[in-house]
Order: sequence, then structure tokens, then C-alpha cells
Amino acid sequence: MHHHLILRVVTKLLCGAIMLFAFYVQFHGDFSPGGGFQAGVIMAVAFIVYGVVFGVNQVKLVFPPWVVHKLVALGVLVYAGTGIFSMYLGYGFLDYVAFDPGHPSHGQHNGILAVELGVGITVTGVMVAVYYAFASRPPTINDEDW
Amino acid sequence: MQTFINIVLFSMLAATAISIVRTKSLFAIVMLSGVFSLLSALLLVTLDAVDVAFTEAAVGAGISTVLMLGTLALTSRTEKPSSHSNFVPFVVVLITGAALIYGTLDMPNFGDPNAPAHVHVGPDYLERSVEEIDVPNVVTSILASYRGFDTLGETAVVLLLISGLRRRREDEEADEVDDNEEQS
Repeated sequence: MHHHLILRVVTKLLCGAIMLFAFYVQFHGDFSPGGGFQAGVIMAVAFIVYGVVFGVNQVKLVFPPWVVHKLVALGVLVYAGTGIFSMYLGYGFLDYVAFDPGHPSHGQHNGILAVELGVGITVTGVMVAVYYAFASRPPTINDEDW
Repeated sequence: MQTFINIVLFSMLAATAISIVRTKSLFAIVMLSGVFSLLSALLLVTLDAVDVAFTEAAVGAGISTVLMLGTLALTSRTEKPSSHSNFVPFVVVLITGAALIYGTLDMPNFGDPNAPAHVHVGPDYLERSVEEIDVPNVVTSILASYRGFDTLGETAVVLLLISGLRRRREDEEADEVDDNEEQS
């Protein structure tokens, strides 16, 4: 897509805004619609838009496939690790009261934030990895044929 | 007003579905399926299910449209003309549709306070959430706290999806290496 100047400029402007919105959805999920899953999808969209316009090889330089695959596992580790940590503190698995026993609702806030972060990381990785899997195969239709 | 919006959205949904069936260009079909998801998201907003609408708009209209376009780049651009008669599929669809509509007759009315979904754990969560978790968005408190185990399971499922994808790619690459070695 070397000839689409407007698309290229607008995409560069949008990518940062999309990522910012993803962080807003991620960390504001307690107060407004959204949460880890939606934030992960939006974060992945920032990379996918970049890949669609500039080519999948360019986005792979920014976000290499091996990093993407590690992130998928890291997110689940963050989630399960939160549960293990609450067990370590002497409470049940994923019992967030453990994080602030004096003020249970604060503990719940912290726990929810941690597990939502895990979900967000995993979903970002999964969506980008699925996109790479599709886009990395050699296409059979030319750019002009659309 | 609500009824009017619902009627407009549902007729647009039906119109989109009919155009998807009648169109032969696969690119147009992919775009129309994105429109279909967006309209579903709007319907979910009118039902006050904003979290679900958000997910539908992001995944249904966003990601899956991109993935379908990626798939389209690997195949042809137009649908192959069908060599079969349309009569048997039409009858099957008609019977399935009738069965589904018959099934909805037993369902509780929209907003019925005595519906099973509203008398079991739902009110309990709504009552306890303010005191125990103190998060304004009850969806988040149910998803991440009361049903934390479920969400962990879901996250593990998407991890497994990627493991499968990776395994397959490595197999394919190994096959390619084998082929090259055989040729040389």
C-alpha cells in the first residue's frame, strides 16, 4: 500500500490514540463498560491496523512473534499468580481479600486490577498472534484486484 | 421510542442478512458481516448490555472482519455458483427456524422480573456487590471476583488456542524443511 498517503498518515496518528483508549478501557473497567478482554482486543487492533496498512513484516519488527507468544503465556501467569499469591498470604485461591484484610473492598479492587491486567495481556497476544498466522501466508490476490 | 428503535434495527439486521445471502462478491459479504455485527452491538446497547455490546463491536465488527479479509486474500474473490438445488436446504432452514421460534414461546417475556435469570444468584450478586467489592460496574465484579475461576479458565482456553496454532506452524515449517531436503 505504498501509494495510499492519507491512509498511512492517518494510521500513524491513530495508533497512539487507539493504544491510549485501550489503557483507558483496561484500567477504567471497574467504573465503566469494558475490562481486560475488550482492552486486549483494542490494543491488538492498534497493531493490526498498523500491519494492514504498512504490511505484516513491518509490524513484526515492532512486535516480534516470539514476544507475542510469550505475552499470551505471561497473561495467564499473572492471573494464576494472583491466585497463588493470595494462597501464599493464607487465604483461598483468588480470594482478593488477602491483599488488604483490614479493608476487604480495597483488596478486591487490587485483585480485580491484577487479574484484568492478566486477561488484557493474554487477549492482546492471542489476537495479534491469530492475525500474524493469517497475514503471514503468501496472498493469492493482488492489491489491484480488490 | 424503544419499540421504534428496535423495529428499525431489526429490519436493518434482516436486510443485511438477506443481502449477505444474495451477494456473490466475497469482499462485499465480509463487509456486510461487519455491518451485521455492528447492528447487533447497537441492539445490545438498547438492551442495556453495554459490556456485551462493546465486545461485539470490537471482536465481531473489528477483529473478525480483519481475519475474514485475511482469509479472503488466500482464496478467490467471488462465490462459486452452486450446482445443487436450493430446495432441500430451504426446507431444512425453514424447519430449524420454526423449531427455534417454537422454542422461544416458552421463554419468559423481556424484562419479566420472575424470569429464572432474575431470581437465582443475580439479585444476590447485585445486593452484595456494593458492600463487598464496591465497584460501580457490577459486570466487572462478577466477572473478575465472584466468577474469577471461570475467567481464569477462559484465559487458559485462549492460551491453548495459541499453543495449537504454534504447534501447527512448527509442523508446517518442519514439513517444508523435509521437502527441501528431499529435493536437494
